[in-house]
Amino acid sequence: MAKVPVQFTLNGAEKAEFIDSGTTLLNTLRDKIGDTSPKGGCHQGTCGACSVIINGELRLSCLTLAETCNGAAITTTSGLSEGGVLHPLQRAFLDAFATQCGFCTPGMIMAAKVLLDQTPNPSREDVVEALSGNICRCTGYEPIIQAVLTAARSNSQNAA
Amino acid sequence: MALALQTFSTVKDANAALKAAGTRYLGGGTLVVRAANEGDVSVSGFVRSTEPSLSAITVSGGKVSIGASVTMAAIARHRDLAPLARAARAVGGPAIRNMATVGGNLFAPAPYGDFTVALLALDASVSTNGGDLPIETFLATRESHHAIITAVGFSLPLEGGFRFLKVSRVKPKGVSVLSIATVLEQAPDGTVSSARIALGCMADRPMRAKAAENALLGRKLTSDGIAPALAVASEGTSPVTDPIASAWYRNEVLPVHLGRLLLA
Ligand SMILES: Cc1cc2nc3c(=O)[nH]c(=O)nc-3n(C[C@H](O)[C@H](O)[C@H](O)COP(=O)(O)OP(=O)(O)OC[C@H]3O[C@@H](n4cnc5c(N)ncnc54)[C@H](O)[C@@H]3O)c2cc1C
Ligand code: FES
Ligand code: FES
Repeated sequence: MAKVPVQFTLNGAEKAEFIDSGTTLLNTLRDKIGDTSPKGGCHQGTCGACSVIINGELRLSCLTLAETCNGAAITTTSGLSEGGVLHPLQRAFLDAFATQCGFCTPGMIMAAKVLLDQTPNPSREDVVEALSGNICRCTGYEPIIQAVLTAARSNSQNAA
Repeated sequence: MALALQTFSTVKDANAALKAAGTRYLGGGTLVVRAANEGDVSVSGFVRSTEPSLSAITVSGGKVSIGASVTMAAIARHRDLAPLARAARAVGGPAIRNMATVGGNLFAPAPYGDFTVALLALDASVSTNGGDLPIETFLATRESHHAIITAVGFSLPLEGGFRFLKVSRVKPKGVSVLSIATVLEQAPDGTVSSARIALGCMADRPMRAKAAENALLGRKLTSDGIAPALAVASEGTSPVTDPIASAWYRNEVLPVHLGRLLLA
């Protein structure tokens, strides 16, 4: 089958690839581009491990066809740290033991980032709602919720 | 195996491409890409249209038109569609709502289709390039429906006239045990003058509770007033049995939840 071109920015860098038509964004990111931060947990939309941010919105890369992302700005967890310094959310996840096996973590961080971008001072309820499409089998969720609230507080302190 | 995607700028051209065997229209993909990922061999290719009208919401003179590609998230945040926000937010988690379209929801089998339950209560019309269909006719024949849905239309309900409830076991996001939408009008003395009640998960697709609708007419929304409607709420239902709930359970709890919604 003839390959089709796709072109988008990934964490600020231009990417252009030829892919098989109908390839999911998850497979394109992981297998073609080599960004393995989005994880394939279920490929059914139920676990959230593949979550990425497309044009500012949280999306499931396992159910998104890469061709529909032409021209889009895509953010993944691998693009968050700057010059080796972890993003406040990454720092908070580590400090709060919000990551154990780590499989859900990149998806959780994407969901949390969209929340904090839109709601810098979220309530606990806002956090629970924002993470409601993401499954974690290790932590019991509480440390993740606390990490997101901590990152929000440290963001607002830095801003003050 | 990857399935080729064909993108067309017009609905007309996309409709023509959909005539090929094995092709499926791609909305947000939350059901159809999932099916492909699971190895559904009946899907051999995707077709979509990027015609701008598919993504438009228009509200004028109390009439609403929502393009088929509009997502649940877009409905939930639209100022003029506030009464429907609850129903749109009932669909999946945040990422699903950013992807799930109105058009796709119309085809979602139980236990999905929560937003379509709202559309059924609102007596929506379902539009294609070939014309409009009442939603009940569309739902009854949706398997044989191959033309692209372009939009849904309905009259905005009067203030407080529309109610929606989704019952799920996992909070805040879970698949429906059942969902209920009602559009009620009341006479000045408080008695119900018209009622439409739509149910989700009480059959393989959204259905109306016609016996309960009739039993509500002329009654007040009090425990005594709604009792006859609750007694017949399960008439005509054939709920799904799935890992969320059995058909028996769904029938048992329907009157309880309908009662809560009517008295809310
Ligand atoms: C984890 C998860 C949770 C979910 N939770 C819910 C929930 O709580 N409530 C709920 O209602 N649903 C839920 N769903 C199901 C689904 O996300 C929604 O029903 C959604 O609205 C489907 O829309 P879509 O655009 O993604 O459909 P798609 O997958 O794109 O399409 C579904 C079907 O409709 C057809 N179709 C789509 N658009 C059109 C059109 N314009 N014209 C003609 N045919 C069309 C497609 O060909 C396909 O057969 C969930 C799904 C997942 C994966
Ligand atoms: S891999 Fe996409 S939601 Fe699980
Ligand atoms: S840390 Fe293991 S799944 Fe969340």
